[in-house]
Amino acid sequence: MKLNRKWLHEEFVDLSHVSDKEYVETLTVFGQKVETYERMDAEIKNVKVGKVLSIVRHENSDHMWVCQIDVGAEEPVQIVTGAQNVKEGDLVPACLHNSWLPGGVHITKGKLRGVTSNGMLCSFAELGLTQNDVPGAYADGIWILNDEDCKPGDDINDVIGNDDTVVEFEITNNRPDCYSIIGLARESAAAFGTQMKHHEPVVKGSEAGDIYDYLDVEVPAENLCNRYTARMVANVKIGPSPKWLRNRLRANGVRPINNIVDITNYVMLEYGQPMHAFDYRYITDKKIVVREAEDGENLTTLDGIVRNLKAGMLVIADDNRAIGLAGIMGGENSEIMDDTTTVVFESANFNGTSIRQTALALGMRTEASGKFEKNLDPMMTVPAVQRACELVELLECGDILNGTIDIINYVPQEKTLPLEPEKINKLLGTNISKEDMVKYLNLLEIGVEGNDILVPSFRPDLNLMADIAEEVGRSYGYNEIPTTAFKTSTQGGYSAEMKLETKAGQVCRSLGYSEIITYSFVSPAVFDQIRLPSDSPLRNAMRIQNPLGEDTSIMRTIALPSMLEILSRNYAYHNKNVKLYELAKIYQKVEGQKLPEEPKMLLLGTYGEGTSFFTLKGELEAIFAGLRVKKASYTAVKNNPSFHPGRCAVVTIDGTEVGYIGQVHPIVAKNYGIDAEVYCAEISFTKLCTLMLPEATYVPLPKYPSVTRDLSLICDEEITVAQIEDVITGAAGKLLRGVKLFDIYRGTGVPEGKKSMAFSLELRADDRTLTDTDSEGVVTKVLAALKEQVNAILR
Amino acid sequence: MKEQLELIKQNALAALAAAETPAALEELRVKFLGKKGELTAVLKMMGKLSAEERPVVGQMANAVRAEIETKLEERKTAIHAAVLEAKLAAEAIDVTIPGETVTVGHQHPMNQVLQEIKDIFVGMGYTVVDGPEVEFASYNFTRLNIEEGHPSRDRSDTFYFDSEDEVLLRTQTSSMQIRFMETHKPPLCMLAPGRVFRKDEADATHSPMFHQIEGLVVAENITMGDLKGALITIMNKIYGHNAQVRFRPHHFPFTEPSCEMDMQCHKCHGTGEIDGTVCSTCHGEGWIELLGAGMVHPEVLRNCGIDPDVYSGFAFGIGLERTAMGRLKINDLRLIFDNDVRFLNQF
Repeated sequence: MKLNRKWLHEEFVDLSHVSDKEYVETLTVFGQKVETYERMDAEIKNVKVGKVLSIVRHENSDHMWVCQIDVGAEEPVQIVTGAQNVKEGDLVPACLHNSWLPGGVHITKGKLRGVTSNGMLCSFAELGLTQNDVPGAYADGIWILNDEDCKPGDDINDVIGNDDTVVEFEITNNRPDCYSIIGLARESAAAFGTQMKHHEPVVKGSEAGDIYDYLDVEVPAENLCNRYTARMVANVKIGPSPKWLRNRLRANGVRPINNIVDITNYVMLEYGQPMHAFDYRYITDKKIVVREAEDGENLTTLDGIVRNLKAGMLVIADDNRAIGLAGIMGGENSEIMDDTTTVVFESANFNGTSIRQTALALGMRTEASGKFEKNLDPMMTVPAVQRACELVELLECGDILNGTIDIINYVPQEKTLPLEPEKINKLLGTNISKEDMVKYLNLLEIGVEGNDILVPSFRPDLNLMADIAEEVGRSYGYNEIPTTAFKTSTQGGYSAEMKLETKAGQVCRSLGYSEIITYSFVSPAVFDQIRLPSDSPLRNAMRIQNPLGEDTSIMRTIALPSMLEILSRNYAYHNKNVKLYELAKIYQKVEGQKLPEEPKMLLLGTYGEGTSFFTLKGELEAIFAGLRVKKASYTAVKNNPSFHPGRCAVVTIDGTEVGYIGQVHPIVAKNYGIDAEVYCAEISFTKLCTLMLPEATYVPLPKYPSVTRDLSLICDEEITVAQIEDVITGAAGKLLRGVKLFDIYRGTGVPEGKKSMAFSLELRADDRTLTDTDSEGVVTKVLAALKEQVNAILR
Repeated sequence: MKEQLELIKQNALAALAAAETPAALEELRVKFLGKKGELTAVLKMMGKLSAEERPVVGQMANAVRAEIETKLEERKTAIHAAVLEAKLAAEAIDVTIPGETVTVGHQHPMNQVLQEIKDIFVGMGYTVVDGPEVEFASYNFTRLNIEEGHPSRDRSDTFYFDSEDEVLLRTQTSSMQIRFMETHKPPLCMLAPGRVFRKDEADATHSPMFHQIEGLVVAENITMGDLKGALITIMNKIYGHNAQVRFRPHHFPFTEPSCEMDMQCHKCHGTGEIDGTVCSTCHGEGWIELLGAGMVHPEVLRNCGIDPDVYSGFAFGIGLERTAMGRLKINDLRLIFDNDVRFLNQF
């Protein structure tokens, strides 16, 4: 919401002694936040009113003129112009040497075909004005100022009316009253501890007749229209508005059109009550009907666009067609024209939600709809229409018909609240006297009688003590409220899972993995990109009904694609040796439940030199060890479509599948534009948290040395390390303290279809040093079992 | 014989002094002190001496042996030291050659800032909690006093999963206020950081997914002064002591009175301009908005079964991206979610 300070000073509260900076800071900390403010004359500098003393043809040109201009200085200045509409004696805008025009245009002196020009004469357009701002001015040449109240040497900004500051406020949703000059004047006055002036509109009336003879209004859509107020003007003379009115509109970003339309816009700015003017001759059967549109009904709005309406949208209609889209925009079919003679002023109060939804559905949020959607004060319709009629009389552009049509479906109840100084002070932590509270409320034009607060109709946001506390608090000054420290008996902390998350992050980073943060929503296309079969349950994702786009339309059921996307991006950036992790949620639908499960996943993804399945597996093991998770086992899976069929394992802990690790399938990698081996692991962190080892307790360190026995075995190619380890562990007995693979060999000395694997066995007893016989016994048992169970023999 | 001993001594000491290598020393040891060495040879002839001479010569011989041995040890130490020195000199390296690369990963910068903030709050007695991101409208809106038809509930602002607008992606961590008060009795201090979602196209300052940190305190006699005190303490810890802050009224449906907290712009020190041009950090305002806050609305307390006549409280919401970007001078929100390692590795 914009406000030009001059309007405020001239009509409502004179704060002209307050600097712009002080004004905006005071209003901001009072609760009306200023977004920006700008002097209207900021862009135009050193442009003066000049009087053309003489004008002669340029010696080297058949279209340029050389003028001697009196700009209020001792000596006239010489300016060359190419315009053809300047005469001796005219007053013109003269841009002097080193002057500035809107858009950063800088004017300096120079020579035009050998003749010195100390600047230039300019048009109104060059000064940032439109024909609407200066009706009647000649558009295709220099702006002639003979009819303006000015003299040579005057600053052009003063002539235009730019000696003003426009302040733009951020108005909060709960304060629709502040979408008006009057509302902001009230706040401004209160912020500076003073009262604003109010003006009660007075309509003199005329002999032109009675509105009831001209018009009938029906409001069948009573739920969507709280109040409909109308007055009429006869003998209308359409013409431009006076300069003071045009200037106030222009300062607030409204384009002047003609006196009647300008009046409706002026009242909208001043009161915050949107108004509309209909040309009476196009209202068939003298009847206005406020009703819901029919499905498929059409209306061409003032902007010339045909709107297809839907049932439920509120329209203003006559007996047989819509003539306006209620609260949003009028219809072209009843627009005010230059020959309009009779006008209906509409000042209505519509249901805010309905207006907002219609505007949204039709994609046409207007100044009016933006105000209505905040739910305006229904008590404002009558003063606003009165003000419009008063302005008609002031501008002498028509005769007001007697009477006001005012259909009321809803007006707020008068409301009182108790003034509870103790409670207010207790909530704020202040010690403000009741007298001061009353003073603050009165400045805000909230009446107090005894202990009763009389809530004005323009403040529907005041409903309970806390609301009053806010008014008192901001008047007293939020920054004046003493700062205190409460004592709490609560014990802060993290949940066990959060502590584990912190730890997991630390371990990942120590292994060289950097953390990423990815979107929770993905494209459904990712399922194809990671080659999920069409019947995969992972495709059953939560779908957003109104996504920003297909790319962000489903909640991820698997985090792998997010990781691949980031790896892909880094690959495209030519980043080498990338290692990334993410700890983030996936979203799993649950039958019979509206909210999904949101388990956390730990994702590891890497590509680059020296990376293999086993480096990633080693890192995953380190993470498990760092978190003190129970021992994980790995089982080859050939049928995970996202992974290399020969290089993928399902990870199982304590009988629970916790996730996958493997080389991303080359086709999948290619789908993500990565021409390298990519390794990923996706582990359910939520499950890990339930698979922790018990808290560690001290185990005495060994007193006796251990013995290492190495076994180099030959077995069939199909036999896995895990199988051999299982056999060894099963057969060795309690002296075995560890088994470790240290070599795999194929080639000379090993038959075709076989491989050699070498294991190191660590043997130890707690109560003695082992003898050769002890270790020999273990080895014998182990070899026998290996031969028998997996046909592995000593090499 | 005495002369002989004296001669051996002179020769041995001279030879030892001249020896330069451990091998030469060993040779001399054998030559003079060995079983077939010169001193031993002399001693073997001791038998031929008279009873009176024997102890005198014996004593002398022992003295000579001791002297040679001492010298030998002395030379041994010196030579070993010299050898070691030579070896170390030969082993000298160029210490400016780079070390073997050990890569340490980086925590995402935003989570670094979050971790710091969480730790501060935990130290002040707050319990950190996590909650659902796919949420009921009742938690995200209704019970927070945001009635049906409120613009923030529009489909142009909020992502929905059903046509009844019942299940949505939470638009604010404030939903956790309700969830926490539902399950905890006052006094309570909660901190709920997490993802939130709004229908904004991604650009330098917007993202359809971002993060908030919700705070909630409910107990007896909590005042707006307490809210100010808590937030000033926290901001001083995050931004350094004496950060100039201000509070100004604002509107949130679930707090009353409501406020926003600004920090004086660190770039222009509140003047709004630097060298005559508008400060790009605060866009000329002189202040940077930090967070929204307020006293918990009595209706919200009541919605969670807490009697507003007995308890009061305050709540606040901090935008994590804004805070992290301000702290780390990151100028484009898209960098946060781009996850380019060249970006991540800077922090």
